[in-house]
Amino acid sequence: MPRRESPLHSEMLQGTLDMLILRTLLLGPAHGYTIAHSIEQGSDDVLQIEQGSLYPALHRLENRGWIASFWGTSENNRKAKYYRLTPAGRKRLAVEASRWEEVVRAIGRVMNPAGEKAR
Amino acid sequence: MNWRRFFHRNDADSDLRDELESYLEHATEELIGRGMEPRAARAAARRKLGSTARVREEVYRMNTVSLLDETARNIRFAFRTLRKSPAFAATAILTIAIGIGANTAVFSVVDGVLLKPLAYRAPERLVSIRHMAPGLGGVTSEAGIGLSTGMYFTYIEQNRSFENLGVWNSSMVSMGGVGEPEQVLSIAVSPGTLEALGVAPERGRWFSAGDQRPGAAPTILLSHGYWQRRFGGRADVIGRTVLVDARQRQVIGVMPESFRIADLPAAIIAPLQLDRARAEMSGFYLSAVGRLKPGVSLDQAQADLGRLIPVWMHSFGSNAVAVRVFSSWRVAPELRPLRETIVGNVGDVLWVVMGTLGAVMLIVCANVANLVLVRVEGRRQELAVRAALGAGRGRLARELLAENGVLVAAGALLGMGLAYAGVALLQWIAPANLPRLSEIAVDGRTAGFALAVAAVSILLLGLIPAWRCGGPISLRRGGRTASAGPEQQRARNALVVAQVSLAMVLLISSGLMIRTFENLRGVKPGFTGAAQLETVPVAVPKALQPNEERVARMEQDIVDRLAAIPGVAGVGFADGVPMDGVLLNWDGVFVEGQEIPPGSYPPSRVFRGVAPGYFQAMGTRLVAGRDYSWNDLYGGSRSVMVSENLAREYWGSAAAAIGKRINARLPSMGFPWYEVIGVVEDVRLAGANENAPAVVYWPSYGRVLWLPRDVWAAVRNPVFVLRSSRAGTEALAEDVRRAIRQVNGNLAVAGMLTMEQVEGRSMARTSFALVMLAIAGGMALLLGVIGIYGVVAYSAEQRRREVGIRMALGAEPAAVKGMFVKQGVVLAAIGCGVGFAGAAGLGRLMKALLYGVTPLDPVTYAAMPAVLLAAAVVACYFPARRAAAVDPAETLRAE
Repeated sequence: MPRRESPLHSEMLQGTLDMLILRTLLLGPAHGYTIAHSIEQGSDDVLQIEQGSLYPALHRLENRGWIASFWGTSENNRKAKYYRLTPAGRKRLAVEASRWEEVVRAIGRVMNPAGEKAR
Repeated sequence: MNWRRFFHRNDADSDLRDELESYLEHATEELIGRGMEPRAARAAARRKLGSTARVREEVYRMNTVSLLDETARNIRFAFRTLRKSPAFAATAILTIAIGIGANTAVFSVVDGVLLKPLAYRAPERLVSIRHMAPGLGGVTSEAGIGLSTGMYFTYIEQNRSFENLGVWNSSMVSMGGVGEPEQVLSIAVSPGTLEALGVAPERGRWFSAGDQRPGAAPTILLSHGYWQRRFGGRADVIGRTVLVDARQRQVIGVMPESFRIADLPAAIIAPLQLDRARAEMSGFYLSAVGRLKPGVSLDQAQADLGRLIPVWMHSFGSNAVAVRVFSSWRVAPELRPLRETIVGNVGDVLWVVMGTLGAVMLIVCANVANLVLVRVEGRRQELAVRAALGAGRGRLARELLAENGVLVAAGALLGMGLAYAGVALLQWIAPANLPRLSEIAVDGRTAGFALAVAAVSILLLGLIPAWRCGGPISLRRGGRTASAGPEQQRARNALVVAQVSLAMVLLISSGLMIRTFENLRGVKPGFTGAAQLETVPVAVPKALQPNEERVARMEQDIVDRLAAIPGVAGVGFADGVPMDGVLLNWDGVFVEGQEIPPGSYPPSRVFRGVAPGYFQAMGTRLVAGRDYSWNDLYGGSRSVMVSENLAREYWGSAAAAIGKRINARLPSMGFPWYEVIGVVEDVRLAGANENAPAVVYWPSYGRVLWLPRDVWAAVRNPVFVLRSSRAGTEALAEDVRRAIRQVNGNLAVAGMLTMEQVEGRSMARTSFALVMLAIAGGMALLLGVIGIYGVVAYSAEQRRREVGIRMALGAEPAAVKGMFVKQGVVLAAIGCGVGFAGAAGLGRLMKALLYGVTPLDPVTYAAMPAVLLAAAVVACYFPARRAAAVDPAETLRAE
């Protein structure tokens, strides 16, 4: 079935957000706010998570079976929807992470070719 | 997207709203924690979240299926486009409805008769038991013989293969004690019969060992139908007493509605009460059913019973002569699955019909596909424009598929209605020879079948146009004046040829059936004016009149009173009428002067008991000698009548038979000879399609042939025959009943039928097959002709321009007409040729159904193509004429 993607995100950016969410959930279940918060904090506030893309991303990941959700009570006693990583999501994270590393290395080689260094 | 979410997408939305709300609260708290004012914090959090509506929208769309929504849209679109071409839609839907309806109706018959398991416990282990006796010759050579009481006791005592084994025997009995006396079918069963079938009574109980003991208080079980009809389904019927053949019997139970023994419509079941002490070696009148022990095969059981044949032959008062006689018969048990016995050879007919209707369904699909194809061609421009505007090819194909789906769904729905009506009609006609009729119904299985046919049709229909539209659709090709490419025309031609050939197969099959029917109608049955013959079965139970001579006198009295009814030209009776389907009585016949070689036995002949006047009433011609007189009967004149073929076989001619002597028992044992006094023409006793058997007509009252003492007996189940122009009318039936009541108020009369009806019932299988094939053939012809018409009309439309140019250049209208007619006829001729091959194959399958005609009957093979080609010419003529009427100037101007 064709899945229409929001035109606002290029594929790479969207994939990156997915990966970040999965990485965050590796530490344990969390609700939306915590996920956004920890990504922002973890990146020293360099990455600002736009909520308009966080929730669709969470739903997408859930639809693909990489994360699962449940309603629970948050640390300050509020109702909150928690997400946790599924085994499929764990595998997915490994794939995404290695791909990401490859991309970063590739970009690095382009931006900083070895020849220039030597000169 | 996931289906659960799709159907709960509104729930999911409110869930998301809660989630976003929870986010806001968390964010607000965090900001407050950093020292912000609560209101300002809330506002800041909201700013950070952005538009919740947008988030929700996006997630909602994610959960929305494109396929389902698109499908719904496509279906709506299909409805719109179909409404715009109602003629196309109606033709297609009706065609599909007829196809699916016919197939579903026939499937429900096939399913009810052949596929559904028999309504017994573990029916696969049930077998019927008969015996082959090739040494016996004559009438039993094919039908075989049943069991004698001696065989039954040998089998049940010594077999190692059966869990249960029971025998039964059916007869007409008169029921009294509840309203008017009437004749009903009764089955008497031995212990083991009900147990083998394993169907518990609906109410009450089975027969106990005590009920089966000879001389025990008589009991009966009622069938569900008879209980409903005669006792209004009252619960207090158990324990009630009824009169069966003027003897009191207590009702002990009611069998469930679906229960039948060997598919016989018995009203009551009685215990057989066999007495081992009086069991006899011969008298092979019992039918048998057995339940194999688990793991025992049919062959093993057959060998097991085969081992018991010598045991039987040496017990039950056997002597050297009996052993010699029965050894010469070469008796061997023959076991068959019970299903085979019940369904019989109707199975072949049904498969032929099912196969042909399957072919019709293919024609239907081909036809509708052709229509769709023509339509797609017509819509080429529209499709091309839409493709140019960005509609994907997959999308267009899905639209077409949706359109087909709508057509087929509507057709299937209508078809189910037709099937339901068809089956109701069939139940109402109730072809006498169709087994398990009561189990035929349009039910879940049938609906499933219809659904499957519909699904396959959608695919077939969808594939053809999708394949046709496979090429790139471009505006250029979809131009207004584009004419059909050669390969499109070829595809349509192939479809038409396929249609015509299938129609040819069906037409030839039904042609063969028509010829068969004609031949059967043309057969000389050995009686005349069947429509003017009323048959009246009557029973004279022993309890009503124990004295045999009085029975004979009573029967003569009835004959006289019936003869006095106004408009009755002749009356007689016999112990059965031709073609009534009742098993024929038989025995060996000894002829004076004919040596029976040691170790052999004379061939068996059909035995009938007839009264004076019977042959005259039936219109059976007396070939030589004279008929019985009542004096012959009462005086015991030891005279006998025989059929012409028997006379020819033994004495060369009918005339030579007069005065010759025969007997049913070994003359050396002191049985006196009977003198042949008359010879009558051959009568087809077993049905119009069965050769007339050699028959010995014994007098309806006289000495019992097989007893050495002087014991006399009368026919106790006479069927009276009246020749009258009023036959078949209720008025005559009323006169008959009144006349019989005057003789004895307790005599029961069973259903009266005219001889024509009896004959019709015996041909039910043939007429059933004929009707089915004729319907299928007619439909196929119609569809094939529509197909030819469609192709020619379409091509005429496409070639308007060409025709205009040709005519402008001086072509004659006749030549133009000829061109189009030739196109259609060539297609039809090719179809006929292909159809011949298929028909030859099917004809072999139908061989058992045919009578007096070979499967490759030249008349049929000449006539049917002629019919088809004539129809094709007519179908081509109209579009051809329209094409030739084109005004060349106008066509050219339009360019």
